[in-house]
Amino acid sequence: MSHSSEAAIALPQLKADELEAPPLSLRQLTWRRFRRHKMAIVGIVVIALLFLYSFGGALLVSEQYANYTDTAARLQPPSAAHPFGTDTVGRDILARTIYGGQISLLIGLTAMLVELLIGVLIGALAGYYGRWLDALLMRFTEAVFVIPQIFLLIVMAKFFSGKMPNITLLGRTLSGSVVVVILIIGATSWMYLARIVRAEFISIKEREFILAARAIGTPARQIILGHILPNCMAPIIVSATLSVAAAILSESYISFLGMGVQAPTATWGNMLDGAMNYIEEAPWYWFFPGLLIVLTVLSINFVGDGLRDALDPRSRAV
Amino acid sequence: MDDNLLLQVEDLHTRFHTPEGTVYAVNGISYRLHEGETLAVVGESGCGKSVSMMSILGLLPVPPAEIAGGRALYRGQDLLKMSESELERIRGKEIAMIFQDPMTSLNPVLTIGKQITESLHKHLGMNPTQATERAIELLDWVGIPDARRRLGDYPHQFSGGMRQRVMIAMQLACTPSILIADEPTTALDVTIQAQIVELVVRLRQQVGMAMIWITHDLGVVAGLADRVMVMYAGFVVEEAGVDDLYEDPRHPYTIALLAALPRVDRRRDRRLKSIPGAPPSLLVEPRGCPFAPRCEFAIERCFIDNPSLQPVAPRHRIACWVEIKTGGQR
Amino acid sequence: MGRYVARRLLQAIPLLFIISVILFVLMQNIGDPLATMGGRRPTRSADRERLKRQLGLDKPVLVQYLYWLIGNDWTRIDMDGDGVAETQGQRKGILRGDFGTSLKKRQSALSLIGERLPNTLLLMGAYELVVLVGALAVGIYSAVRQYSLFDHLVTGLSFILYSMPIFFIGLLSVTIFAVYFKRWGLPYLPPNGVFRAEFGKTTSEVVWHMVLPVMSLSLISLAGYSRFMRSSMLEVLGQDYIRTAKSKGLERRYILLAHALKNASLPIVTIVGLDLPSLLGGALVTERIFGWPGMGRLFFDSVSDADTPVVMAILMIIAVAVILFQILTDITYAWLDPRIRYE
Repeated sequence: MSHSSEAAIALPQLKADELEAPPLSLRQLTWRRFRRHKMAIVGIVVIALLFLYSFGGALLVSEQYANYTDTAARLQPPSAAHPFGTDTVGRDILARTIYGGQISLLIGLTAMLVELLIGVLIGALAGYYGRWLDALLMRFTEAVFVIPQIFLLIVMAKFFSGKMPNITLLGRTLSGSVVVVILIIGATSWMYLARIVRAEFISIKEREFILAARAIGTPARQIILGHILPNCMAPIIVSATLSVAAAILSESYISFLGMGVQAPTATWGNMLDGAMNYIEEAPWYWFFPGLLIVLTVLSINFVGDGLRDALDPRSRAV
Repeated sequence: MDDNLLLQVEDLHTRFHTPEGTVYAVNGISYRLHEGETLAVVGESGCGKSVSMMSILGLLPVPPAEIAGGRALYRGQDLLKMSESELERIRGKEIAMIFQDPMTSLNPVLTIGKQITESLHKHLGMNPTQATERAIELLDWVGIPDARRRLGDYPHQFSGGMRQRVMIAMQLACTPSILIADEPTTALDVTIQAQIVELVVRLRQQVGMAMIWITHDLGVVAGLADRVMVMYAGFVVEEAGVDDLYEDPRHPYTIALLAALPRVDRRRDRRLKSIPGAPPSLLVEPRGCPFAPRCEFAIERCFIDNPSLQPVAPRHRIACWVEIKTGGQR
Repeated sequence: MGRYVARRLLQAIPLLFIISVILFVLMQNIGDPLATMGGRRPTRSADRERLKRQLGLDKPVLVQYLYWLIGNDWTRIDMDGDGVAETQGQRKGILRGDFGTSLKKRQSALSLIGERLPNTLLLMGAYELVVLVGALAVGIYSAVRQYSLFDHLVTGLSFILYSMPIFFIGLLSVTIFAVYFKRWGLPYLPPNGVFRAEFGKTTSEVVWHMVLPVMSLSLISLAGYSRFMRSSMLEVLGQDYIRTAKSKGLERRYILLAHALKNASLPIVTIVGLDLPSLLGGALVTERIFGWPGMGRLFFDSVSDADTPVVMAILMIIAVAVILFQILTDITYAWLDPRIRYE
């Protein structure tokens, strides 16, 4: 190699700062991190498939067919005619899981919205205003928290039983108990979220940009909705995602006990009602709806996990 | 001269395998430490000073870390080739290490008495009574008042400076031959810093152990070290006796570092001299001299060949292609 | 510490009041307990009036609550419907330990609960044991052998188990271990009840019958807690003080047990201690699946029958238990972590 002082090679006049990669926006960073979480992607795919199954499947199988009883064909094992077998009155379980899935998923999503509304409201008010309002709201939160959810659900379900009229949604007539279940699940799950939101509010409230906003006379509502809330979206999003799974589980528990969604509206949960009695003859009776619940909850949990890692500002991985 | 050679490190290479790539943290450093000698290791954050010391003692978690080459001979035995149980006998007993942040470096749920006596028990075989008495002696020795009562206290019940003293007592408990101090005063405020340095000087006089003192603060080095090793981006760029280094620095980086020190005797309206640019990314396999992009004396060769340490004066080595005084090539 | 406990207990009182009010309001509309009291025939209206007066259901809600709270033995009630209060009340109210009488069974609510409670406690006790020991063991091992096959298997399995409803695990385990094992001629586990009549209530019978319900109840929590323990342990192992311990030449196992474990298990204490509400909920479902005669089943039946005194009694007992457990957890945490000292 020649050592002449007039180098034939042009040496890059690098300033060390330019060696760094161009900065990514927060959203790009988050999406990148989410993408690396392979299980979260799998989760999204599975959820999409499940939605397709329940809502798309309805296009292939009529609701009439799902409710068609044929006692001669009761409790038949899976076969070509009935891939998931038949239940105690001869209905095709596959078809029922399609329509039941619609309800289970619907309840999961809407109950989460109810819970979100209540939880964020209470948490925000308690965190922002503090003092006696905080103390009052937190006492109330604790009070509801202390009783196990399923006990409250049972009592509240009985409280409202028979009082809600049937509703029509998406071309189906649903038992009023669906609305009841949505409301009571939402009304008994918000406590955890309220606590998180309150904690976030308390810490963000003291930050300088909030003091600045107040100094220029921004009304409280604006500060809460426009300034503080957008800054604590990360834990809210994660919590909301995971609570869809929790809501689906809660619905399945209470329907399994026979106090949730009432016949004739099917859900994955109430399809298992009384499954213990047929455990010896017909394991397929509870297996398929149960499996669908597990798949749904599992994929939502994966997605929630991925979201949590992606949105965590402390995570330095890119 | 080499009869009292305690530690001889040759061409040590340490890398980390991360999702973003391989981090070339230590790229071939060599040095020697003799009995009773204090070697200061100086350099900016991320230059590999801590990592190199932890590599020797096997304190790095080995899946991400990898000792890619070199030897570290303690009294003739290669530490890098030892088994875990052999290393366990060296750590704490022969070579001890104190760390930067005494709050996180002490176990919060164990009493400091327990944290001192457990090494006494392990290395010196003392029974609880002997160990307790010795622990009290040690705490006294480092200047913790009311030592007997404080044995039952927890780390959070001590102030920052006291905690560091406890740490020193703990690590010197078994009278090691070498004490490695990894920036022990960085997390403390200035007056406490001075106290700790004073303490260490006194202890060294009494015990006579060799020390490796890692710091990025050139001021501390002056009163403490016999020799100084300057590191940059995982390389040693200069190594000399402490007086030599301050009076006659030869490597461009060292010169720039010393020039950047704020001095009482300079005019106050002058801007502080900083070194333009930033250290190189350690994710890139090093080629050429690491300081070249920021060096005002750099020539073409500096970007291509990595200079190795060569003597420029008695017991004074630098790794540089350029002869600063003349501007010509070395 | 004593003052702290006293303060917490004092704070619990208004909480319990709020809870009792909310619940009492809910009780008002959970059905008509009188509807089925006439045996197989619907209750006649004359009887209904009489029953209402006897049970105090004709009074306004506020008065009913008052009677429930402090009893009515300090006043007279009108039993025969003539508008004149002549009979001395019998109730002492919950504040004096009177949890009311079952509307269905004419037995004191407390004694009804007392019959069932031990069975539930048995399940719960076994659950706690399994979960604590299991989560610690699995969690620690997973953390120490991070990324090993064991770790990956456990993590994957935990995720799946954590997403399962209890009844799915219950039904699955019954199907496999009770039904199929029986078919395949293997020794099988009994699917329900506490003991088989022909063998009597021996310890081994009970234990044998407990296996499936406890397994169903604990697998989910085990999955969750071992993951938590694993991450807690990993976090601790990455701490500076573990590096210091290593630098002193202490052995791996010693560091693990003496230095790491105590720090890593602190958060577990909190979680396990505050887990009581969900444990009780799970017990309810489990008791139903396995026909286990516990408090959960009693609750369920009482709600179906609108037997409000029993329902209120169970819920209030649960509330008190949960609150006490919270206080207990805080005390335990303070006892374990020297950095926490309550004034």
